[in-house]
Amino acid sequence: MKLQRVIALTKKEIKKTVREPAVLFMIFLFPVVFVFAFGAAFSGSGQPTYNIGVVNMDQAYSVNASQLLLTGMSDTKILKLHTYVDNQTAQNDLSQGSIQAVMIIPTDFSQSFTSYQAAPNNPNAWTNATIALYLDKGSLVATQAIPPIIQQVLTAMAGQNQQALSIPFRLETASLVEVKSPSALDFMAPGMFTFASIFLIMMVAQSFAQDRENGMMKRIRITPTTPTEFMTSQVISYMLIALVQAILVFVMVYVMGFRPDVGIPIYTFAFLLVLVFSLSNVGFGLITATLAKSSSAATGLSFLFVLPQLFLGTFVGTSLSSSAQIVSKFVPSYYVTDALTSLFLRGAAITSPTILLDAVAVFVFCACILTAGIILYAKYYKI
Amino acid sequence: MVLFSECFSFKSLLAKIHIRIIMPIDKRKAGEQGVNESAIVLEHLVKKFEDVTAVDDVSLQVANGELFGLLGPNGAGKTTTINILCGLTKPTSGSATVGGYDVQKETAKIKELIGVCPQETAIYPYLTGAENVELFGNLHAMKKDTLKTRRDMLLEKMGLTQDAKRKAEKYSGGMKRRLSLTLALVHDPQIAFLDEPTAAMDPQSRHAVWDFIKELKKEGKTIILTTHYMEEAEELCDRVGIIDHGKLIALGSPKDLISKGKVSNLEEVFIKLTGRKIREEI
Repeated sequence: MKLQRVIALTKKEIKKTVREPAVLFMIFLFPVVFVFAFGAAFSGSGQPTYNIGVVNMDQAYSVNASQLLLTGMSDTKILKLHTYVDNQTAQNDLSQGSIQAVMIIPTDFSQSFTSYQAAPNNPNAWTNATIALYLDKGSLVATQAIPPIIQQVLTAMAGQNQQALSIPFRLETASLVEVKSPSALDFMAPGMFTFASIFLIMMVAQSFAQDRENGMMKRIRITPTTPTEFMTSQVISYMLIALVQAILVFVMVYVMGFRPDVGIPIYTFAFLLVLVFSLSNVGFGLITATLAKSSSAATGLSFLFVLPQLFLGTFVGTSLSSSAQIVSKFVPSYYVTDALTSLFLRGAAITSPTILLDAVAVFVFCACILTAGIILYAKYYKI
Repeated sequence: MVLFSECFSFKSLLAKIHIRIIMPIDKRKAGEQGVNESAIVLEHLVKKFEDVTAVDDVSLQVANGELFGLLGPNGAGKTTTINILCGLTKPTSGSATVGGYDVQKETAKIKELIGVCPQETAIYPYLTGAENVELFGNLHAMKKDTLKTRRDMLLEKMGLTQDAKRKAEKYSGGMKRRLSLTLALVHDPQIAFLDEPTAAMDPQSRHAVWDFIKELKKEGKTIILTTHYMEEAEELCDRVGIIDHGKLIALGSPKDLISKGKVSNLEEVFIKLTGRKIREEI
């Protein structure tokens, strides 16, 4: 492999990107795929469910109130309970995104409930108890949806009537009592990194289809350039473009106030993940270029891959239905966003199981999609 | 007599095989061959696309340093023949060698020897003229200094020096064609395939290109020129092969073909052979 050729082709591709920003809009296919992807993401038949870790420290008094609470929560069908023996284990799972909240039932919960039952109209006779609730800081939906549901169960349990004005046990949400409240941008920022890279699909598809259309692909094939040199130059070009995209997105979200409390290794890992992810987009682009007869058709067809990734694996898909959540496991962008969310918002370590699993999934997806793209393109249009 | 002829053919074949075996592969490069050896050999070449025969049993030889014209109307099979010789398309049957290398097995070697100016104007519009030339020089792994010298020289000869730093998309049609030709020759190839290099050019540009092609011939390059401009072939070519419906229907120097046909130009040769004008099908 001659580096001279790879560098020359890479430079050419970069110049093209700088001099011909390909931002075209698809008129007909876009609405169709948009509606489909939007519908799949938000109107699934299944209700969303939230996994709640429960650390039950309640010492059952005459009435096992904690059991009543947990039954009430389970009956909502929205909350799925997971029992933990200690707070630390539950917190670990919360940081990995395996559960969306951790609820600590205090030792005096049953006592509090009993005191309330004995004198429901005399608050002075109550034993007050506080249920601590730690929420997934990486999920906007979790922070907004879970506390009211639990509060509703508590209210119903105490007063047997949702109009009860006062009860002895209160719910204290840990994430919302922090000094700095997370903004919507914080929740969306990890997805924005992924979002930007997804549009490489369109660029790659257009570029290959265009070079084929104007005879440049054929012209390059007549030179001693090998397919390996050519593909290497393309991969390097688009990785560089993805890197610049990621930096630009980072600068933008930073300026807008996104300041994750993480070190340089986390940032480096996050950027690396986005770069690897960009390879899968090169692969999707090649598949699109194989299917498309012209560069304009490539633009439209690219949305077949852009939109599902957009809705199922970026900030757009934060409130997916349960069926959409299952489908989202099949798009690589989901794993990138999940890993970035865990790293930036949940404070997960690079070596934690979720991050490692996400990274492996991204690598496997990218290897498969890029290989498929190269094989398909080479089969139907020689490189 | 038949037996003698068979023996003779067999001896010739043996001689060919003998030469190919004892000659080291890099000695088979066109530039190192003797003057009388063929730069290009086609033997019973056939190319079929489903039920259409684009090249139909074509056999011919082009000598080193020869300027050979492949004439015929659009769709006659000229470009398909060039594509086979460049290693872009595989023949259905028959064989062909370029610079002694088999077009089916040694395409990498052939690509180092040849320069191809395709029929369509293939340039990168977003690169400047100079950048286009540099890119193709780099793809042929040229040394930096050589590339710079060659780039400046070719742009000068093609009358593109003043516009070298302008994006190619701003060029006129004729300038784009001249740039396309420059890209094919930047690496100083020993064998050049020029597929309709003057198509859609203004007369001034066309004559500039003719002069340039004549210079290439003087330098000893082997040139295969496809054209449907008969006057171009008469002006430039040592020999021409006329192709129609994929078949080679005439082969010889323009003068010989004209005198044998007892006509005044190659256009009339074509009419006499096919019963129609070459331009009717363009």
